[in-house]
Amino acid sequence: MPEGIALVLALLALAGTLAAAVVHSRWPIEAGAAVAGAVVLVAVGALSVDDARDAIGDLGPTVGFLAALLVLAEGCRREGLFDALGGVLATGARGSPRRLLALVFAVAAAVTAVLSLDATVVLLTPVVFATASRLRTSPRPHVYACSHLANSASLLLPVSNLTNLLAFHTTDLSFTRFAGLMVLPTAAVLAVEWTALSRFFAVDLGRPRRAVAATEQRAALPRFALIVLALTLAGFALSSAVGIAPVWVAAAGAAAISAPALARRATTPLALGLAAEPSFLVFVLGLGVIVRAASDNGLASAAQTLLPSGSALPDLLLIAVLSAVLANLVNNLPATLILVPVAAPGGAAAVLAVLIGVNVGPNLTYVGSLATLLWRRVLHVEDHSVELGEFVRLGALTVPAGLVAGTILLWCSAKVLI
Amino acid sequence: MRALVWIVEDTWEATVAEAVGFLPADAEITLLHVAPQDVETLAAGARHGLLGRPRHHPPPGPPPPAPLREISEEAAAELLAEARSRLGRDARVESRRGRVEHEVVAAAEGADLLVLARDGDRSRLGPHSLGPQARFVVDHAPCQVLLVWPDTPPSVSTAPP
Repeated sequence: MPEGIALVLALLALAGTLAAAVVHSRWPIEAGAAVAGAVVLVAVGALSVDDARDAIGDLGPTVGFLAALLVLAEGCRREGLFDALGGVLATGARGSPRRLLALVFAVAAAVTAVLSLDATVVLLTPVVFATASRLRTSPRPHVYACSHLANSASLLLPVSNLTNLLAFHTTDLSFTRFAGLMVLPTAAVLAVEWTALSRFFAVDLGRPRRAVAATEQRAALPRFALIVLALTLAGFALSSAVGIAPVWVAAAGAAAISAPALARRATTPLALGLAAEPSFLVFVLGLGVIVRAASDNGLASAAQTLLPSGSALPDLLLIAVLSAVLANLVNNLPATLILVPVAAPGGAAAVLAVLIGVNVGPNLTYVGSLATLLWRRVLHVEDHSVELGEFVRLGALTVPAGLVAGTILLWCSAKVLI
Repeated sequence: MRALVWIVEDTWEATVAEAVGFLPADAEITLLHVAPQDVETLAAGARHGLLGRPRHHPPPGPPPPAPLREISEEAAAELLAEARSRLGRDARVESRRGRVEHEVVAAAEGADLLVLARDGDRSRLGPHSLGPQARFVVDHAPCQVLLVWPDTPPSVSTAPP
């Protein structure tokens, strides 16, 4: 099949899969679309069977890693970690909205870094919303903070974001080296977020209060879940020294938090299987095959001509900006799958610059990318009456500054550590 | 006299206290709260941004987080009940959702007096003492307005020259 036609077919399959994912239906149509797209591309010869098998084999360990992390996060929820965090926020705020925002920052950054952005978006945000409401303070700054930090704090560890897992697999960085290179960029992006959010919401945060809200009964933090998390993190840190792949550490963590719950029948094997979100895993694999078809038929060489190959500061800045643009055009998962293999020959710093772009960039819109926002409008799944100019304005403040600050500190860290 | 008292998180206690002082004993009082819809949309939108994750089935264990709308309605009902008991008088309560400033103006239709608190910089007199929402409501209110300082008003010396 001519390369041009194969590329067009692959891009069509990609667009179809993204459209199915954006509808966000009750049924796993996005996984169905991804698999159908991948099968059609192989059937018409846009991608050989061997290459498809190769792509799946490549993604396999990453997808397994993801499954283990999802089960671990679900275990933490089951043990009551998130409800307890709500109690910590309520008590620690001592009636001050500004102190509450500082605590939300700390908790959202920690949850995102350790349990991934999914946990912050799905599990922590409702808790923060409820906590602010119970404290009789405006939930607006705190929900915005969760939403922003789910993206911008997801730079720190390979486990913080699926994009990081995908990239981690292609570099030869150890878990600790990855974290060491990303700690300063994460701090820089968080500093940008704090400055922007605390000023943007100065009115909400500075509202006078006559009385401190009644203090809540504080739920004890689930010690077992915290111990499992701490041991899992320690395992990640030691994994390269003792020669174990981090995926096994994640699997051990998932098993450790699930086994006692299974034994006391607090959960079932079926529920654990669902917690691993099998349709999401299938979606990632299908998407991987589709992107491989597009990349092999000309998308990769097109990306290569655009993306700088060096790791000097201007190169890294351009890589981060282009990655942020692509993440907004096609969402960050496809953007990562397209860009990481292209950036990989440029070295670890180039790959990490891609991650700064695809992780921070989605904050430009509240649904992660302009593409999703537009698709949702086109498909009428978005409520048109809602005013979200505020979020877009906030994104316009934080994203460019975060990209630049994060990339400069990545460049500094790479000078010292690589 | 029909009075509408706009109850906002953070400043509601001061608003209620002043309403008690200023409103005549025979006033028909309505306590109004408006939940901002965009915050819920934002939180839901962030979920849609997670590409490829289907909606969750209810898992075992502690109940999964309630839908934000439920949390928000419950919080509004509690806040209004607390405000009514602080008021210590008979009052109707009204809970709305949407664009806050527009909903307040719409709710004020037919009222004789709207009571609201300043929601901006409270350290000095001046235009910044009104945030964007209160500014819109004051500008568009279809009735008389009682504008409350949430704490002791700053001295005249803080006014710009």
